[in-house]
Parts: sequence; structure tokens; C-alpha cells
Amino acid sequence: MEKVEVPVHRDYSSSTEPSGFVLTTLAEAVNWARKNSIFPVTFGTACCAIEMMGAAMARFDIARFGWEVFRPSPRQADLMILSGTITNKMAPVMKTIYDQMPDPKWVVAMGACACTGGVFDSYAVLQGADRIVPVDIYVPGCPPRPEALIDGILKLQEKMGKAVVL
Amino acid sequence: MGDIPETVSQLKNKHPEAISDVNRFRDEFTVLIKPDAVIDICSALKEDGFLMLNDITAVHPSIETDFFFVAYHVFSQKMNLRLRVKTKVPVDNPELPSVTGVWRAADWYERETYDLFGIRFIGHPNLVRILTPDGFEGFPLRKDFPVEGRR
Repeated sequence: MEKVEVPVHRDYSSSTEPSGFVLTTLAEAVNWARKNSIFPVTFGTACCAIEMMGAAMARFDIARFGWEVFRPSPRQADLMILSGTITNKMAPVMKTIYDQMPDPKWVVAMGACACTGGVFDSYAVLQGADRIVPVDIYVPGCPPRPEALIDGILKLQEKMGKAVVL
Repeated sequence: MGDIPETVSQLKNKHPEAISDVNRFRDEFTVLIKPDAVIDICSALKEDGFLMLNDITAVHPSIETDFFFVAYHVFSQKMNLRLRVKTKVPVDNPELPSVTGVWRAADWYERETYDLFGIRFIGHPNLVRILTPDGFEGFPLRKDFPVEGRR
């Protein structure tokens, strides 16, 4: 039987090279990981969703920031972008999706309708998503341009960076 | 009024009591009928080739009017002819016979009209709300319903 050469790992203990560790706080490390790998849930209710999809596509490419993995399952998501008008009929569905997301989770209200009901001061439309779920960032516009959404999520990143972990 | 399609003028001759007006406006034909003749006229129309029911809806013209218009939009592929059949029902007792027995497509349209105007279609197999959320009260497309709802 042929003898197999087992590779010997480099021994760093006696090396003079920098040996690859940094000192930080737990909160810094955890928040750094969280805010640079945001998984938004695939959820769009109206025309703002078109701009949200535009933001995810090549021209604006939110993958540059690490937010691009839209999860079809709320169980795998930690950000809900409320893109569009939320009707009273849709509101319980939206609340269910929010409840299904694991903690920690964040909400961005995108566009005038999700923020306040917008022009739809009507019996059929929820007058602002914050009546049902806690909203972290409001992005105004009708609809907001993808740059505005990106700016909103950058603001959310700042907020996530300040979170208390333990 | 000379250009009314022959099927419609024949229908008027056959049911002179039920049809109170035939009207042409911008190549759209409207037949105004009495509410108790809805089933008769609709069955006759279906026999004449109007196999397709496109829409049922209602109109509340203003807060002062004490009636709704209910409009049935039908289409005949054979003649390539569209027809609007209109009738009036009173606001205080809005009841009409259901035409689900004539066109199966009437099912959801009548539910929608009931949901938004409160018009009851007698004989409908499942007359429950279809568009508004569960527990919704009132009939939002009536003129006395506030636009922003009852909050």
C-alpha cells in the first residue's frame, strides 16, 4: 500500500508574521455581520415594489451593499421593505409575514402609502404601516427612486450598528 | 333610433311591457328594463346569442336619488354585439332576482355588487361579501358612505 503524505500545517506560534486576529467588542462584531448581510423578504404590494425590484437589479444593484438576497420565506428574512399601498384587506397578511420573521428584524416603510396612506385617504387603505408593525425607517416619495431606497437602508444600517446585542 | 340592431328591436316587440326604453349613445346600446323582468329578458338574450356576461355593476347617481341603476353588460360573439341592460332598484329595499341560473359568470359579479352597494340578489347560491375585509360594515360605493370610511 502506498503511503499518503499528510500535509503539515504551518506552525504560527514561532512565526514573526502578523497572526490574523483583531480585537473588538461582541456588539461591534455581531452588528457588523448583521448590517452587512441583510436578507429582505420578498414582499411588494404596489408600484413601489417595481422600484424596489429596480433597486435589486443590475443598474442600482443593492448587492453592492450585501442586501440582495431576497428571501421568499419570511423565516429566513430579517428586513421587510413595505413597498406600496397596504389595503385593509392586505394588512393582516402583512402582519402575519412580519410575525413569522425571526428576531432581530427591521421594517422599512417605502413610499408615501406605506408611511401614511398617501393619497388614498379611503375606507380601503391602511393609513400608515406603523399602525400595525413597528417601522424603523420611513422613505418618502411616490414612488421613491431606487437611490432613495438605498439611502433609507443605509440609514437603517447606521441604526443596526448601534444595536445592543446582549 | 333607426340603427338599433334587429335582435334588440325584436326583443322589444316580444316584451313590450318589460322594456321601457332602448337607447343608442356613441354606438353603445342600452336597454332599460323593469326589475321584475330581469330573468325573462336575460334568458331571452342568452337564447338570442348573448352567451357572454361581461359585467354586472351598479350606479348610485347621487345622494338624493332613491334608486340604484344595476347594469348588465352582455356580449354576443356571433353578432359581435355588445349590449347594456339597465334596471332600477329602490335604495330602501334593493332586491333583484339573481341571474346565476342564466349565466354562471354572474356569481362573483353579483357578490361584488352586493358587497359594494348592498343589493340583494334573490336566488344567489352564496351571497356573501367578496372584496372588503372580514367584518366590514356598510356598503362603500353608496353615496351616503363616507369616502374615508367609518374610523
